[in-house]
Amino acid sequence: MPAVLTALALLVGALVVLGVAAWPLSRSVLGARVVHGGVALAGLLLAAGGLAGLLGGVSSLTLPFGPPWGLARLALDPLSAWFLLPVGLSAACASLFAFGGVHGPVAPRLLVPWPLFLAGMALTILAADGFTLLLGFEAMSLASWALVAHDDAQAANRRAARIYLGFAGFGGLSLILALGVLAGGAGDVAFAVLRDAPPEGWRAAAVLALVIAGAGSKAGIAPLHVWLPLAHPAAPSHVSAVMSGAMTKVALYVLARFVFDLMGPAQPFWLGAPLIALGAASAVIGALRANLEDDTKTLLACSTIENVGLIAIGLGLAMAFRGADLPALAALASGASLLHALNHAVFKTLLFLAAGEVLHGAATRAIDRLGGLIHRMPVTAWAALVGVGAAAALPPLSGFASEWLLLQALLAAWRVGDLPFQIGVAAATALTALAAALAAAAMVRFWGLVFLGRPRTPRAAGAQEAGGAARWALLVPAGLTVAFGLLPGVLLDLAEPALRLMAGAGAPRAGVLSVGAAEGGARYWPVLVALLLAAAVGAALWFVRRRAPGGVARFGAPGHVMRGPAWDCGFIAAPAHLPFGDPASQPSAAGFGQPLRRMLGTSLLAAREAVTMPPPGATGAARLDAGFHDPALVALEGPLPRAREALATQAERLRDLSIRQCLGLTFGAVVLMLALLAVLGGR
Amino acid sequence: MSFGQLGYDVAHLLGGGVLLLSFVLLYQRRIGAVINAFAMQGALLALAAAWAAHAQGAPALYVTAVLAMAAKGVLIPLALHGIVRRLDLHRTVETALGIGPSLVAGVALVALSILVVLPATEGVRALARENLALALSVVLLGMLMMISRRNAISQVIGLLSLENGLILAAIGVAGMPLVVELSTAALVLMIAVVAGVFAFQIRERFDTLDTGSLEEHRGERR
Amino acid sequence: MALVWGIIAQALHIALILAAAPLLTGVVRWLKARMMGRRGADPLQPTRDLLKLLRKTPVLAENASAVSRAAPYIAVGAAVAGAALVPSFARGMVFAPLSDLILVAGLLALGRVAMALAGMDVGTPFGGLGAAREMSFAALAEPALVVAALTLAILAGTTNLDAIAAAFRDGGLGLRVSLGLALVAMVAVAIAENARIPVDNPSTHLELTMVHEAMILEASGRHLALWEYAAMLRLTLWLALLSAVFLPFGQAPAGAAPHVWVVGLAAWVAKMGALALALAGFESAIAKMRVFRVPEFLGAALLLGLLGAIYLFVSTGLT
Repeated sequence: MPAVLTALALLVGALVVLGVAAWPLSRSVLGARVVHGGVALAGLLLAAGGLAGLLGGVSSLTLPFGPPWGLARLALDPLSAWFLLPVGLSAACASLFAFGGVHGPVAPRLLVPWPLFLAGMALTILAADGFTLLLGFEAMSLASWALVAHDDAQAANRRAARIYLGFAGFGGLSLILALGVLAGGAGDVAFAVLRDAPPEGWRAAAVLALVIAGAGSKAGIAPLHVWLPLAHPAAPSHVSAVMSGAMTKVALYVLARFVFDLMGPAQPFWLGAPLIALGAASAVIGALRANLEDDTKTLLACSTIENVGLIAIGLGLAMAFRGADLPALAALASGASLLHALNHAVFKTLLFLAAGEVLHGAATRAIDRLGGLIHRMPVTAWAALVGVGAAAALPPLSGFASEWLLLQALLAAWRVGDLPFQIGVAAATALTALAAALAAAAMVRFWGLVFLGRPRTPRAAGAQEAGGAARWALLVPAGLTVAFGLLPGVLLDLAEPALRLMAGAGAPRAGVLSVGAAEGGARYWPVLVALLLAAAVGAALWFVRRRAPGGVARFGAPGHVMRGPAWDCGFIAAPAHLPFGDPASQPSAAGFGQPLRRMLGTSLLAAREAVTMPPPGATGAARLDAGFHDPALVALEGPLPRAREALATQAERLRDLSIRQCLGLTFGAVVLMLALLAVLGGR
Repeated sequence: MSFGQLGYDVAHLLGGGVLLLSFVLLYQRRIGAVINAFAMQGALLALAAAWAAHAQGAPALYVTAVLAMAAKGVLIPLALHGIVRRLDLHRTVETALGIGPSLVAGVALVALSILVVLPATEGVRALARENLALALSVVLLGMLMMISRRNAISQVIGLLSLENGLILAAIGVAGMPLVVELSTAALVLMIAVVAGVFAFQIRERFDTLDTGSLEEHRGERR
Repeated sequence: MALVWGIIAQALHIALILAAAPLLTGVVRWLKARMMGRRGADPLQPTRDLLKLLRKTPVLAENASAVSRAAPYIAVGAAVAGAALVPSFARGMVFAPLSDLILVAGLLALGRVAMALAGMDVGTPFGGLGAAREMSFAALAEPALVVAALTLAILAGTTNLDAIAAAFRDGGLGLRVSLGLALVAMVAVAIAENARIPVDNPSTHLELTMVHEAMILEASGRHLALWEYAAMLRLTLWLALLSAVFLPFGQAPAGAAPHVWVVGLAAWVAKMGALALALAGFESAIAKMRVFRVPEFLGAALLLGLLGAIYLFVSTGLT
C-alpha cells in the first residue's frame, strides 16, 4: 500500500516542521500543548501506519531528494511495520503525559528536540537505504542527547550527557563501518542492492560484530549498557519513557534489519551465539543492578537493559535456528522477540510515566524518600502495579506471554545439535530464568518501597496526584498491557508476515486464544488462565463469605475489617513527633537489596559492605557503607580515557606543525587513499 | 546397549552418583560431612565396580570392588575421622575459593571434560564414552577440590577422590589388567599415609592445618 | 464422552486437592511429632484451625492499604489454579492442555509476589525483611526449576505436565543420571518454595532467620486462614508435581474408565503419603541452615540441574 508509506513519510516531514515550529510555540502554554498534542497524534498515526503495513503488503517509495549520489529511499515491509507499533504507542502515551504536565511555558531546548526525536526514530524504521537509515539514527541520537542534556546545572547530568554522546558517536561510527563492510566495493547502500550480495565468512562475522557494537550500544546490550542508567534519570520522565520504550526498540530493529534481512538467510548457526551470550549477560547484569539501585528511574533503566537482553537472546536464537535449518523454531524465537519488544515498550513506558508522576507528586526520585504513596496516589499506584506485574512476568499479563515463548524457544534450542552450543544454551536458559526472577524481585522492591509502607519523608506524605491527561497516559498503557497479555495470539498472527521475513516460516499456529511452542507442543492460553484465576479467587471470596458469621460485611462497610495499630511483633509505637512511625524501622532501598547484593552482587558487580563502629564508649552511630561498581563503567572510565588522553596528546602535537607539514599530511592521506583504492580495485 | 536396558542404566546411574558426590564434596563446609561424602563416594565406586564385574563377566573386578569398599568406604574415612578427632580440628573447612564459585567452576570443568572426551572417542561404545567423560570430570573435580581448599585434610580428600575418578575410568574399560588398578590403589594409599603423617607434622610445627602457613617457609622467600 | 469424563476427573481432582491440602500438612506435622517422640496433634487439626480462623474478623493495621486485603485472595487463587493443573490420579483431565510447567512456575511467582507485597504493605521491618529474602531466594530457585524443566522437556518433548507424566509413565526412558540430577534440583526448589527445613522453619514465629512467616505477621482472621491455606496448597502442589513426574506409576491414563481411577487414587494417596513421610524424616534429621547459606544450597541445585541437562545432551548425542 504505497499510500500508507506516503502518508508516513509526510508524517515524518510534519514532525520535522513541528520541531522547527516548536521554537516560537514554546513561549506559551498553548503552544507547548500544541507541540505535545501533535506528537501524541503523530505517535498514534505511526502505530496505525504500522498496523496498516502489517495487514497490507510491502511498499517502497523513492523520495524526490536525497544525498548527492542518489535519491533517498523509503520502504514499509512487515518488519518495519511491526516496529512502528512500539514506537508509536510509546511516543503517544509519553506525549499525552507531557501534554498533561504543561502548566507554563516550556524551555525551547526541551520542546524543539521532542518532535525531531520521534521523526528520527520513524525515519530509521522507514529507511530503505543505508544513508537514510544513518540519517534517522543520528537524528534520533542527537535529539535525545539534547533532551538528556537539558538540565546542565547538575554535574551528574553533564556527565550523563557526555557519556551518552560518546556512546551515540561510537554507535553511529560502528554502523557506518558495518554498512561499509556490507556494501564492499560497490558504492550503493540501497537495501535492495545490499540484499543481493549477502556477506560470507569473515565479512558476515565482521558485519555482525559491527552491528552489535553500533545498534547494541544504542539498545543497551552489555557491555555497552553503561550509558542507560546514567542518561535515563537525567532526561525528563516522558523522554526517558520513550528512550527506554521506543528508542531501544529502534536500535533492535536496526539489528534485526541487518542480521535477518540484509545479511541474507544463508548464515551459519553459530553467528547467533554472540547475541545469545551478550543478551544473557545484559539480562542478568541489568536485573541485578535493578535490585541495587536506589533511584526509581535508574532502577527502571536497569530493568530495560534486562529486557533488551531478553529480546537479544530471542534474536540470537532465531539466527541460530535459521542457520540450523529449523524455520519453525526460528519463527518461535523471533516471535518471542517481537512480542517482547512490543510488550516491553508498553509496560516500560507505563512504569517510567508512573515514576514521572511520582517525581511530580512527591518531588523526588530517591526510593528512600518515598513510601506509602498508594494512599495519596491510588490511580498511579494501581496502574504502575499492572506494569510491575508485566515486568515481573506474572501471568496473565503481557510480560509473561512473551517470556513464556522465549523460554520455550530456549528449551527447544538443544535441537540445533552441536554440543558446545547446547551447553551454552543450557547455561543461557538458566541465566534467562535467573534474570526473570531477579526482575520480579526488582519490581517488588520498586513498587513495594515506593507505594507501600509508610511515607519516609513529609514530602512523600503530602504527595498529590495529577488528573486529566497524565492520568490517561497511565491508564491507556496499563489497559494495553492487560490486553496484550490476554491476546498474544492475535499479536503473533499480526506479526506473521514479519516472522516470515525473519525466519522463513510463520509462528506455530495455535489459534487466537493461545500461543504454542510447536505443532502439538506446549501451549499457553492466557484467557483461560485469567478465567481460572478469576474463578479461583471468586470461589475463595464466596467460601469466606459463607463461613464468616453472618456473612462478611460489604467491602468498605464497618465491620468488614477491624483497624488497629500495626502489630509489628509488639514493637513499641513511635513517639508523637514521628507521625508516620520511625522511618528507620522500615526497610530501606539498600536494605531490601541486601540479600541479593550479598548473594550475587559481590561476584558480579564488585559490591561491598563495610560497617564502621564508633570507638568503644563513644555515643556516635555505627555506619554501614554499601555500594557496587558496574565493571563496564569502571573499564570505560579507567583505561579507555587514559588511552584517549594519550591519543589527544598526540593529536595536540599536530597543531604545532608547519604549513608544509600540514600539506604533507593531506598529501599523504590522498596517496594512502589511492593506494587503498588500487589494492581493493585490483582484487 | 542404550537407555532402557538395565545393564546400561545401572552403570550410568552409579557413575553419575560418583560424580554427584564429587559435587557434594565441593559443596560441604564441615570436615566431618566432607569425610562422610567421601566414604559414600567410595562405596558407590565399589558398587560400580561390582556391577561392572557382573556385567562384563570379569571376576577380577570383584577384587577391585572389595578393595575399594574396604579402603575407600571404611578404612580411610575412619582414619580421617580419627585424625580430625585427635587433632581437634576446626570443623569448618576454610575455602580459598567460595562455595558458589567453586561449584560454577565444577560445572564448567564437567562441560569441558565432555567436550574433550566425546570427540576424542568417536566410534567407541556409548557406555565407555560416557564413563570416560564421567571419570575425567571426577578427576578434574578432585583437582579443583585440592586447589580450592586450604585445609590439608580436605586436600588429601581431593586427591583421594581424584583417584576414585581414575578407578572409575579403569572399570569402564573392559580388559584392564588388575595389576594396574592394584598398583594405583597401593600408590594412593601410600600417598594418603604420607599425607596423614605430613598433616600431623604441619600441625605440630605450625599449630594449624592451613597449608597457607607453609608459604612463609619456602626457600625462595628467605 | 471423553470430554465429560475429563470434566468429572478435573472436578474430582480439584476437590481432592482442596481437601487434601490441610490434611497433608496435618499428616506431615503428626509424622514429625511422632519421629521426635511427641504424640502430635490430630492430622485434622490444621483443617479445624482454618475453619476457626475463617470465622474471625481480621484486624488490619491503620495504614494498611487494599493490598493487604486483596493479596491473600490472589495468593489462594494462584495456588488453587496451579494445583488444579498438576495431574494427580488421572491424566487427560479437561485442563490438561493448560497444564504447563512454566505456567505453574508463573502462577507460583504470582502468589509469591502477592505475599511479598502484603508483607511490605504496613511498612514493618519484619515484613520487608521477609519479602526481600523471599524474592532473593526465588531468584535462584526459579532458574533451578527451569533448568530441571529443560531436562524434562528434552525427554518428553514438551513442557506440558500431562504429556510429561504420560511420557515418563509409558516411554522407556530408563534410569538416567540426568533425571536424578533434575530430581535433586526440583526437590531443593520444593524445599525452598515451601519454606521447609533446612531453608526456613515452618513452625516458628519471630526468629531472625525466618522468611515466609515474617511476611504474614500482620495478617489475622480470615486473611491469615487464606495465607495458611495458600501455603498448604503450595506444599500439596509440589508433592503432587514430584509424584506426577518422578513417580508416574499407577496413574490412570487419559480416557480411562472410572474404575481405573480408583487404582490411580490409591496410588496417589500412597505416593503422597510416602513423600510426606520422607519430608517428615528429612526435616527431623536435619538442622536449619544459616540464612546466608541458602543461596549456596539453591545455587548448588541450579548447577546440578544444569549438569543434568548437559549429561542429557551427551546421551542424546551418543544414541
